[in-house]
Amino acid sequence: MNWLIAILQTMLFVVLAPLLAGWVKWCKCRLQNRKAPSLLQPYRDLFKLTHKQPVVSEQASWLFVTAPYIIFSATVLAASVVPLIAVDLPTSASADVIVMVGFFAFARFFLALAGLDIGTAFGGMGSSREMTISSLAEPAMLMAVFTLTMTASTTNLSGAIAHVLNEGLILRPSFVFALFALILVAIAETGRVPVDNPATHLELTMIHEAMILEYSGRHLALIEWASQLKLMLYGVLIANIFFPWGIADTFTAEALGYGLLAIMGKLALLAIILAIAETLVAKMRLFRVQEYLSFAYLLGLLGMLSHIILEASR
Amino acid sequence: MNIEQTDFYTQAILSMAALVGLTSFLMLGQGRLLRLIFVFALQGLLLTLTTALAAYSLDNPHLYISAVLTLVLKVIFIPWMLRREVVLMNMHRDVQALANKTVVMLGGASLMVFSYYVLHPIVQTTSPVMLNALAVSLSVVLLGMLLMISHRQAVAHVVGFMSIENGLFFAAIVATKGMPMVVELGIAFDVLVAAVLFGIFFLHIRTSIDSLDVDLLNRLHEVDK
Repeated sequence: MNWLIAILQTMLFVVLAPLLAGWVKWCKCRLQNRKAPSLLQPYRDLFKLTHKQPVVSEQASWLFVTAPYIIFSATVLAASVVPLIAVDLPTSASADVIVMVGFFAFARFFLALAGLDIGTAFGGMGSSREMTISSLAEPAMLMAVFTLTMTASTTNLSGAIAHVLNEGLILRPSFVFALFALILVAIAETGRVPVDNPATHLELTMIHEAMILEYSGRHLALIEWASQLKLMLYGVLIANIFFPWGIADTFTAEALGYGLLAIMGKLALLAIILAIAETLVAKMRLFRVQEYLSFAYLLGLLGMLSHIILEASR
Repeated sequence: MNIEQTDFYTQAILSMAALVGLTSFLMLGQGRLLRLIFVFALQGLLLTLTTALAAYSLDNPHLYISAVLTLVLKVIFIPWMLRREVVLMNMHRDVQALANKTVVMLGGASLMVFSYYVLHPIVQTTSPVMLNALAVSLSVVLLGMLLMISHRQAVAHVVGFMSIENGLFFAAIVATKGMPMVVELGIAFDVLVAAVLFGIFFLHIRTSIDSLDVDLLNRLHEVDK
């Protein structure tokens, strides 16, 4: 029964991810006084892409063709670790947050290899930029997550969320820092505006798009879906770690339904904040991303520090 | 003493302390003057909230007056004045290049660690809230000094100076549960006078070296080299 719910939760992740991407796009369009595409547009795009024949370059090796499947499945596995509507599920009990970061790194590694594989200038450039950014973002993310895990004394995400949930409302200074650090990292990792622009194909600025420029058809669909999934994953992490109220801790239909409603509300709110931020902020130069991410690292460090000094028992 | 065992007021004060520290860091990394002034106003607002919170939880009505004073002076008047100066002197489009932002930020982090280290012996004799509030306010003071060292524009120096005052004010509110009214009024008017004097200084610096970049002051010599 528990396994069934765990699988169902992961499926829900996969199914809802394009909807979240569509909602972000809808909010952004409304904020910029444009007519918004339907919320279902990402689903239609994915459907359309799966029906198109993928074009693969003659120079491509087997890696280029298998990479989308590896990336998508690694991201789905990472999603299965994160509690979406219920805590204490077997999938999240068997792997902890470091495994999740590991899955991300694994997917990114193959994405970067696929970008290099074809041998075009853009692919290599995108891979190099992506690796630069991720090498700076990963320590910051781990710092933020360690603050949480030290509070809960477990690296298990579901255990940590249950800990925060059981404690009730406690204002922790370290969580303030960790929240900001995680938001900054999430923006960098999912390629949103100040770091990368998901809506453009302008060659000079792109990072993620440069790597997947050669992909088409169902391969492109898988990669796009994986990046939508990643956006949702980070959103769920932020929502459920810092504001876990509403998540189900018993497996009754009522609690699960309530959990689903709660997480959808939280994600919708986060997406609105993201859209506002993306409308207000201009994309920064690539060489300033390092400053941005070192600020995120600093916040993570301060969070850890204030946890050790302010909150740990003496 | 764990944070779980403290009351809500203590938790709120600690979170406020964390946020005040955060705004200090934001100021440290800010290249644009207008945004620097905005973050400074935000820090003032956090101070106002802390003061109001202290007034409510300690049932100390005169702290409300000092909260209103903080609001008027540090959130509205001084930022408005600095903003006006910046816009008048047409500096709001300059992006001031910080020499080495990452080093400055990490230096700020080590200053924060340092202030905890210095104040740690006090924990044996007082409550942890007091220690934390004092440590954060000491680090706000030190970060304000670092801001003054690392930025070159005179306006940024003034903001750094005012944020040092913010740090002291925060310590006073939390540690002493409200100073006597006379002292608070005195400080408030000192700050006001300082702000006006700085305005006059800006004018003088600008008329003599035609810029507010204090690095240019190094070029002033009695005799030409």
